[in-house]
Amino acid sequence: MNLISEIGRFVIFMKFVLHRPEKARVFWKITFREMYLIGIDSLLIVILIATFTGAVTTIQTANQLLSPSDLYPTQLMPKFVIGAVVGTSSLLELAPTVTCLVLAGKIGANIASEIGNMKVSEQIDAYEVMGINSASFVALPKIVAGLIMIPCLIIIANFLLLYGGVLACSATTSLTADNLIEGARLVFKPLYLKVMLTKSFIFAFLITSLSAFQGYYTTGGALEVGIAGTKAVTKICIFILFFDLIIAQLFLKS
Amino acid sequence: MIKIEHLDKWFDDRQILFDINTEFKPGVANLVIGASGSGKSVLIKCMVGLLEPDNGKILYGDQDFISLEYHHKQNLRREIGMLFQNNALFDSLTVEENIDFPLRMFSKMSPEERKERVNFCLEKVQLTNANKKYPAEISGGMKKRVGIARAIALEIKYLFCDEPNSGLDPLTSRVIDKLLVDITKEFNITTIINSHDMKTVLDIGEHIIFIYKGQKWWEGGKNEITEARKSNKELNEFFLASF
Repeated sequence: MNLISEIGRFVIFMKFVLHRPEKARVFWKITFREMYLIGIDSLLIVILIATFTGAVTTIQTANQLLSPSDLYPTQLMPKFVIGAVVGTSSLLELAPTVTCLVLAGKIGANIASEIGNMKVSEQIDAYEVMGINSASFVALPKIVAGLIMIPCLIIIANFLLLYGGVLACSATTSLTADNLIEGARLVFKPLYLKVMLTKSFIFAFLITSLSAFQGYYTTGGALEVGIAGTKAVTKICIFILFFDLIIAQLFLKS
Repeated sequence: MIKIEHLDKWFDDRQILFDINTEFKPGVANLVIGASGSGKSVLIKCMVGLLEPDNGKILYGDQDFISLEYHHKQNLRREIGMLFQNNALFDSLTVEENIDFPLRMFSKMSPEERKERVNFCLEKVQLTNANKKYPAEISGGMKKRVGIARAIALEIKYLFCDEPNSGLDPLTSRVIDKLLVDITKEFNITTIINSHDMKTVLDIGEHIIFIYKGQKWWEGGKNEITEARKSNKELNEFFLASF
């Protein structure tokens, strides 16, 4: 029952958010600022996480497939298979899902606490009394900025995952960068790109809209603002994993 | 002018406001007084549309605010200014950007005209040399002045002040009171001040409504309050407790 009323509140919130902005120039000015905060400010963490995850995934996959095993003759295993595994998992899971789970913590908590703080300090009420649609004014620029910047971050993360793999190859003797790239190219399907982009847009919407929603309905004081941030991150992570499963089922069901 | 007719407000199964009827005239300092929890903030929030009453009418001129459609309500709100208890200044904007904000959103003024208007409002609230400062860098009294300047930036008809003296020293409180009265008279605004500061009541209260447990308990002017205390036990208790 609680979940249903929460979904109902979210739908009503979105109905107010998806309104034409009061003044286009002001809207785009705020949106560009948000694009900087969401995109450029998150670049470093995305670069670090993607590069390291790519390197670790490559080393671990190579270890599992090329180490001597009683199950199959590992010397017969083509080395490009490691590239195929790393390339495909980067596109389908690591770049969109892992990056967005990290961004949920960074961007989601930030948006929820920023809007929550505005709510408890009556700034949201001030917008309302002025005749401004406060939900749209505070949330829409963040959602639009997220929808533009998060997919860009995910595309960057995808390249960096492979780059991390290439770096890991240079540190090992069992695998070369050519093996890795060749494998990734061999199994590439346009469908994988479609899945990655679909996930990135849906996850971007979930991160920005759920955190804005959580912040907008904050009541109380500083303590509740902190709680709103934590709740937002938890909800975003759950929904990302849930939609990850649904998208995989829809696009990749064999 | 604002007229309230038979206003009721409930929170779940608890009634907060009981059949409030009154009238607020322009150019007059209208005060809503009462103890904490009496319902005066709820009354103001209902009047500006931050809360929805369960019964009654709130008439701005001849328009019933409650039954107006969302779009018309938003238009009417552009004639309303509000000074919040915690000032509600936008902390990412400087003092002048805060005052410029409603002008940028709703006026068709050029940047030069807006700048002129911002300076005019700052002059009205006697605040100088703070244009480029952020709210976190100025004192409580200055924040109140910025709040008033922002509220009057657009040519408003109605001004609501929720506890304008809260957190201020007695001297600054008197300055803010005088400022509110001056602005009310000069621009012929319908001003409604929510207060529990008896000094304010006796200084500027031309039209006073005393709210007790969600009901309008007494209504009159500052000159009548002394006489009313003799026959009104609750008003007398509130008056004595305020000093």
